[in-house]
Amino acid sequence: MWTWFYKLASPPYVYGVAAAFVPWLLGVAAVALGYGLVAGLAIAPPDYQQGDAFRMMYVHVPSALLSLTVYTVMAAASAVALIWRIKVGHAVAAASAPIGASFTLAALVTGSLWGRPMWGTYWAWDPRLTSELILLFLYVGVMSLRSAFEDPARGDRAAALLAIVGVVNVPIVHFSVVWWNSLHQGATVVKLGAPSMPGSMLWPLLAMWIGFMLVYGAVLCLRLQGELLNRERQAVWVREAIKS
Amino acid sequence: MSGDFWSMGGYAGYVWPCYAFAAAVLGWNLWSARRSLAAARVRAGRALAMASGEPR
Repeated sequence: MWTWFYKLASPPYVYGVAAAFVPWLLGVAAVALGYGLVAGLAIAPPDYQQGDAFRMMYVHVPSALLSLTVYTVMAAASAVALIWRIKVGHAVAAASAPIGASFTLAALVTGSLWGRPMWGTYWAWDPRLTSELILLFLYVGVMSLRSAFEDPARGDRAAALLAIVGVVNVPIVHFSVVWWNSLHQGATVVKLGAPSMPGSMLWPLLAMWIGFMLVYGAVLCLRLQGELLNRERQAVWVREAIKS
Repeated sequence: MSGDFWSMGGYAGYVWPCYAFAAAVLGWNLWSARRSLAAARVRAGRALAMASGEPR
């Protein structure tokens, strides 16, 4: 098991694994998203309070969960890169940042569209919304900082430090609805105890969540391959990799 | 599909843009990732060709 773990520090090994995973991740994601869309849009009953507007949950919640998951992955990869000087960690962090930023934007836009009919406004300076907006700024900051240095190694280190410091915002986003008065509803699925919604609404949500996670996995694998090629351009293994 | 489905109980103006934006984000992610990988392969190929003195 540890041998396999150590192999994850090897760019050619990671490049090969990432390339092999992409079709599988996308195939299973298509099945999960297909089921989630049909069940979420057409089969799940309307909510007794929100009517059909609640169906926006099936894209909003996976986007929001992914915005936090990707940031956590980025911060963990940055910590691995800084502590053990594993370059693949910087590549994972660099590949994750634009993906996380896009899903954070998706969470904000889909939440805003859901908020208008339910709260009467597209935006409020609410703890959950504001901390999610700060998350978007953190992603943009990490990407900007990485590209602000002429020496890529210095850019990697600076971006890694910001990613690690910024991870404090992840629990703030998640618990903001508990710690402060918020327009936003509390946790429905990711919480201690049973989810507070019936199976006919919950299963499509879980399928969409899995689908979004698998798409993230596939996109991360694609971007990671590009990052490794850019970073290892002079390495011998790259010649074989780009021929295949 | 019935009209009821597309009208989403009167929330169509919010539900469908919401799904369209999420689909655009998923699509952009896949498109941009494939594009950046293709560009990296081209750059790596050029770098290898220059290193070995081959015209490319």
